[in-house]
Amino acid sequence: MLNRSFHLEIRTPEKLIFEGDVTSVNAPGIEGNFQILYGHIPFLTALDVGEIRVQESGTPRSIATSGGVFEVLRTGVTALVETAEWASDIDVSRAESAFERAQEQLAADAPDLNRPRAEAALARAQNRLKVASNS
Amino acid sequence: MATLREIRRRIASIKNIEQVTDAMRVVAAARLRRAQENITATRPYADKLNTILGHLISQMDVEEQALTHPLLEEREVKHACIISVSGDRGLCGSFNSNVIRTTTERIQHYEESGADVTLICIGRRTQEHFDRRGYDITDSYINIFRQLEFQTAVDVVHEFEHLYIDKQIDKVEVIYNNFKSAILQTVLVEQLLPLEPIEPEGDTLFLDYTYEPGQVELFEMLLGKHLNMQMWKVLLDSNAAEQAARMAAMENATQKAKELIDELVLQRNRARQTQITTEISEIVSGAAALEG
Repeated sequence: MLNRSFHLEIRTPEKLIFEGDVTSVNAPGIEGNFQILYGHIPFLTALDVGEIRVQESGTPRSIATSGGVFEVLRTGVTALVETAEWASDIDVSRAESAFERAQEQLAADAPDLNRPRAEAALARAQNRLKVASNS
Repeated sequence: MATLREIRRRIASIKNIEQVTDAMRVVAAARLRRAQENITATRPYADKLNTILGHLISQMDVEEQALTHPLLEEREVKHACIISVSGDRGLCGSFNSNVIRTTTERIQHYEESGADVTLICIGRRTQEHFDRRGYDITDSYINIFRQLEFQTAVDVVHEFEHLYIDKQIDKVEVIYNNFKSAILQTVLVEQLLPLEPIEPEGDTLFLDYTYEPGQVELFEMLLGKHLNMQMWKVLLDSNAAEQAARMAAMENATQKAKELIDELVLQRNRARQTQITTEISEIVSGAAALEG
């Protein structure tokens, strides 16, 4: 089989998460998950909360992300995401407590509750738990 | 003239102060280094984001889209929103007071032109100052600098973005200490909304770009990210500036303590000398009296 790899860079505002050559990357597009292989046409999309899977030579590795932007150029692929964590780095107990806190806030429905913010926090925590359990 | 014992006590207490201020200087220096690293770490992301935004704009009919996008829409300013960024703690020279003064001036400026002002306070110092004086505070963020997280910037932007889109405010400005260097920080007033138009970048190279969803949706999404990024930069800058200001203030304090100690040591020696002289002359005159 031809080993065709391309350059991938995943960044958050705080740090570089991944940089290197990969053979495939899966990402949670806002209109559904997609996969990028070598030679993809230039492409720009938004990412949703979800999981990015990076395939180097061995087994694929997962990253939990809260969304961002994904650009494919002839020269390589860049993902700019606002938060990203390798599945192996996820602190499960912290994610669980964030999940419970968000649920409680939504259930209590206090008058000063910022509903979209709490819902977004819930989705992020849920995603981190899911990605952590899959790896 | 103070007694010898009093002078000694003062020297001891000033030495304690000196130790404390010097320790604070060292801590601020370490935090400053980390804050500077954070600023550097952000740059590639920010540059790339601007490039992508530029690519996209170069593919769009800018004239048409720019006019219709709510975040670019300029309106007559009837309600202004000022985000005032200070620190949570003092002992950092004029860092907090400069922000408070500039914010007060801007509020006056808007009120004189007939607009009302709502505040978003970041940092305990501005929050307490303006809260005590009964200003209208929409939202405040306290104790965020110790463990600075990107999510905070996102939350702040979320707050004023929807107020802007709902036309409850017509302009958003941020006032903060800009970190120029370890010895220079200046207070800046920057306009966040309406967004300044962004220049297109790149040319026909990207003609075969495909989009998901459409250009307009992506443009909107990217503007949001761009705004988050600007807010994040403000927080990082203010944090670095605060540490730099504290470092300088504590260095001054330590220096002043040293000078004071030098002066007191001189006084102490003089007082001790006087005491010894008095004692000797007493002994001598006592002995002379015995002989006589």
